[in-house]
Amino acid sequence: MTLAARPIEARPLMRRLAIAWEPYLYSAPTVILIVTVMLVPLVVGISYAFRDIQLLNPFSGGYVGLAHFRELWQDQAFFEALRNTVWWTGASVALQFFFGLILALLLNVPFAGRGLVQALVFLPWAVPSFLAGLNWAWLFNPVVGPLPHWLFALGILSSPENILSDPNLAMWGPIAANVWWGIPFFAITMLAAMQAIPADLYEAAAIDGAGPLQRFGSITLPFLAPTIAITVLLRTVWIANFADLIVVMTGGGPADRTQILASYIFTQAFKRLDFGYASAVSLVLLVLLLIYSLLIVALRQTVLNRS
Amino acid sequence: MRNFRLIGTVAHRLALLVYIAVALFPLYWLLKIAVTPDKLLYTEGVRLWPSHITWSHFRFVIENSDFPIFFRNSVIVSGSTAVVVTALSSLSGYALSRFSFRFKFWLVGLMLVTQMFPLVMLVAPIFKLLSPLGLTNSLTGLVIVYTAFNLPFATFLMQSFFDGIPKDLEEAAMIDGASQFTAFREIILPLTLPGIAATLGFVFTAAWSELLFALMLISGNDAATFPVGLLGFVSKFAVDFGQMMAAGVLALIPACIFFLLIQRYLVQGLTAGAVKG
Amino acid sequence: MASIDIAGITKNFGNIEVLHGIDLDIEDGEFIVLVGPSGCGKSTLLRMIAGLEEVSSGDITIAGRRVNDLAPRDRDIAMVFQSYALYPHMNVAGNMSYSLRLRRTAKDRIAQAVSGAAGKLGLEPLLDRRPKALSGGQRQRVAMGRAIVRQPKAFLFDEPLSNLDARLREQMRAEIKRLHAELGATSIYVTHDQIEAMTLADRIVAMQGGVVQQVGTPLDLYDRPANLFVAGFIGSPGMNFLPGRYDAAPGPAVILADGARIALPLDPGLAPGAEVTLGIRPEHVALGESGGMEAGVDLIEPTGLGIILHLSLQGVGLKAFTADRGVLNSGPSIRVSLPSAHLHLFDSAGNRVALR
Ligand SMILES: Nc1ncnc2c1ncn2[C@@H]1O[C@H](COP(=O)(O)OP(=O)(O)OP(=O)(O)O)[C@@H](O)[C@H]1O
Ligand SMILES: [Mg+2]
Repeated sequence: MTLAARPIEARPLMRRLAIAWEPYLYSAPTVILIVTVMLVPLVVGISYAFRDIQLLNPFSGGYVGLAHFRELWQDQAFFEALRNTVWWTGASVALQFFFGLILALLLNVPFAGRGLVQALVFLPWAVPSFLAGLNWAWLFNPVVGPLPHWLFALGILSSPENILSDPNLAMWGPIAANVWWGIPFFAITMLAAMQAIPADLYEAAAIDGAGPLQRFGSITLPFLAPTIAITVLLRTVWIANFADLIVVMTGGGPADRTQILASYIFTQAFKRLDFGYASAVSLVLLVLLLIYSLLIVALRQTVLNRS
Repeated sequence: MRNFRLIGTVAHRLALLVYIAVALFPLYWLLKIAVTPDKLLYTEGVRLWPSHITWSHFRFVIENSDFPIFFRNSVIVSGSTAVVVTALSSLSGYALSRFSFRFKFWLVGLMLVTQMFPLVMLVAPIFKLLSPLGLTNSLTGLVIVYTAFNLPFATFLMQSFFDGIPKDLEEAAMIDGASQFTAFREIILPLTLPGIAATLGFVFTAAWSELLFALMLISGNDAATFPVGLLGFVSKFAVDFGQMMAAGVLALIPACIFFLLIQRYLVQGLTAGAVKG
Repeated sequence: MASIDIAGITKNFGNIEVLHGIDLDIEDGEFIVLVGPSGCGKSTLLRMIAGLEEVSSGDITIAGRRVNDLAPRDRDIAMVFQSYALYPHMNVAGNMSYSLRLRRTAKDRIAQAVSGAAGKLGLEPLLDRRPKALSGGQRQRVAMGRAIVRQPKAFLFDEPLSNLDARLREQMRAEIKRLHAELGATSIYVTHDQIEAMTLADRIVAMQGGVVQQVGTPLDLYDRPANLFVAGFIGSPGMNFLPGRYDAAPGPAVILADGARIALPLDPGLAPGAEVTLGIRPEHVALGESGGMEAGVDLIEPTGLGIILHLSLQGVGLKAFTADRGVLNSGPSIRVSLPSAHLHLFDSAGNRVALR
């Protein structure tokens, strides 16, 4: 039995071209979509920041220079939102990280039924964010939710009221929902990093006489440090931009006390249909995030240089 | 020493129990209110389980409301987004995993940037750009937007699955007589099936949850997705708690199903999109 | 089956040239073994023949046809990978028949070819199994089966046995030799293993740093290594090297560092005083004879087959191999001599100087 050689002539140029083009063909649809649906609107949005664009006003559209930014400088709500963003992001990330790390440590110990327990404690991650928001809003509602009554019984609240309508406490509502919803993310990431630590390191340390706490301090933490750093930094950006829970639970109220920049942008665009102003705020948020990222990079450089 | 160990074990199990309780309690409460008859809602207060239950809220939501339409719209949008994203990202993920080409650095950079900037700032320009094309208030428009949003993450995820398949296999196939594309289709794709399923699940879950762009782009009930419909319902009938929560439970079902599907790949998914939820 | 001509092949990865002009003519049916230290470019050369790496310059010709720009599938060659690269989602029969199915061969001919190959390799009972359910040796056999089933022009092997344990390796080595005798197909085989190279090869190609050092029959390379690299690389334990100076009078000889004079069997025609290296294989070092030189015994390694002695000859390490167990009882020193019939001589550039 012989196989007839396939009658293919060497076509060096064509084959070279085909090889060179192949990766571009594979990635072309992705690139085209990302560019047209994300990059182009990004650029267009930046240009809106300098234009008067109001959806309901047919005469709008002209360039206004820095007018939006001057307005912004006078805008109390904007600065309130800025403060709230820091508060919201800091508290959410810190609590998510803290409880997530503990959960990961608990799950890193082998025990019967670990798979099931993992599935249960990670379930909040799968809950759609809008539903998580509604769910927690209902829990805080004294009519159908138990939380106000329990908090009252514990003496934390002076009466079983809805904290979402109390300007001083309202921010805790979305933060609670966010922490509940975000713990699994940190736990999963940390757990994966912990399981990548070679087990014989612990055995060696135990033989050298290190107790559980010493092992945590001298092996677990140093090994987790890069993962922790990256996760916390990226997550900070993500949570600063994460408006769903606030839009659903409080809409920024009462009296803008829970408004963060991301939800403020959305409210300006969605409720007031003032695209120009919304884009100006967006631009500020973008610049702030950029500065944050650069600071982080610079910090990393100095730390690396020192060690 | 033994007592010490025992106490440790007990504390460990108790701590886990607390976590489980906290994780499940809100969902449990959702279900509880959904099955509590309206008249017991106010009289029984904070009871852990009503003295009797009813399925009437579910029946109402399914038979007399627009929720079946919302549900269908959401399934169409999330399903199409998941399929399109998975198909396109398996191509681009393969390119990232298997080729080195000059544009690669920029492609990765582009996709990382899209993961960092606030998507909410695209709400206004996307609305402005889509509306003259007739793509606002349309499921197609949502699918296009969601597809683009999820492509970077899905590409990285698929890349990680392809990276897990030895390059030898394609080379063996090419020597056996396959072209690169045939090797991709007949050898690599079948081996990536679990990864493809996981990507489908991740994208479906993400699209199912998306709220802000749906709120902005959709105004009528006809094209409303589940979150838009539910939020509209909440603001209109703020006291029909039983029905709202029954609807909430319905929205939870697909999410839970897909969660089971992708549970094994959570780690890979979360690291691929280290910034995404 | 076909001859393979390699002419002036170079390979660049980015700016780094890893192959510097390889020339090699492989005859139809020949079994060529590529050996060389890790990273010397053996796999790269093999993959270029297969079409998996682009040729930077030079020509590869298979059966008289220039294949530089042909895709792997159009070259009609088969390759056995170190990792076996079996398709995990196909059973053994599927793995073996994949190439034929891609070529749209008729069903009955596929069945015939698969059962023929399976018969040759003793795979008949395993045809329905997935690779996961096979042992390492069985996987190796399937990889071989996949290669032979379509009767390609040439076989390429990249360290096919290195994942097997010693005993299986020995067994598969014999099997490959038998298959080659049976099929007579042109084969190129990359290995680290000396014994594989010596036993399988019609000709061995010794490479270092992207350059071919010597091409020849196994015994050629063993008996007449072209340079210090080949001399040291082929053979285990490796050849002893003793630096010294050439001296022509009274007779041709090498003066070692300490002044000992080792006579050479003939005049190599070197300038007196030239720096040279004297080589002798451990098994040729004569032990315990009267005369000779006094050497200290540092270490004795019995291998069962024989005994390896680590000696020091006036400060220079020297290994000797002998089957005589008597040396086990030797004291702290032993007398050694270097028989002139077995000496190798290398000039200051490391190239062989003929002594026979
Ligand atoms: N894709 C690549 N990109 C850059 N350099 C490469 C690439 N592949 C191989 N090299 C380099 O080319 C040289 C030769 O590699 P090759 O794999 O051919 O060595 P080898 O002789 O097969 O080694 P081994 O015995 O370890 O398998 C090495 O220095 C290697 O680092
Ligand atoms: Mg190699």
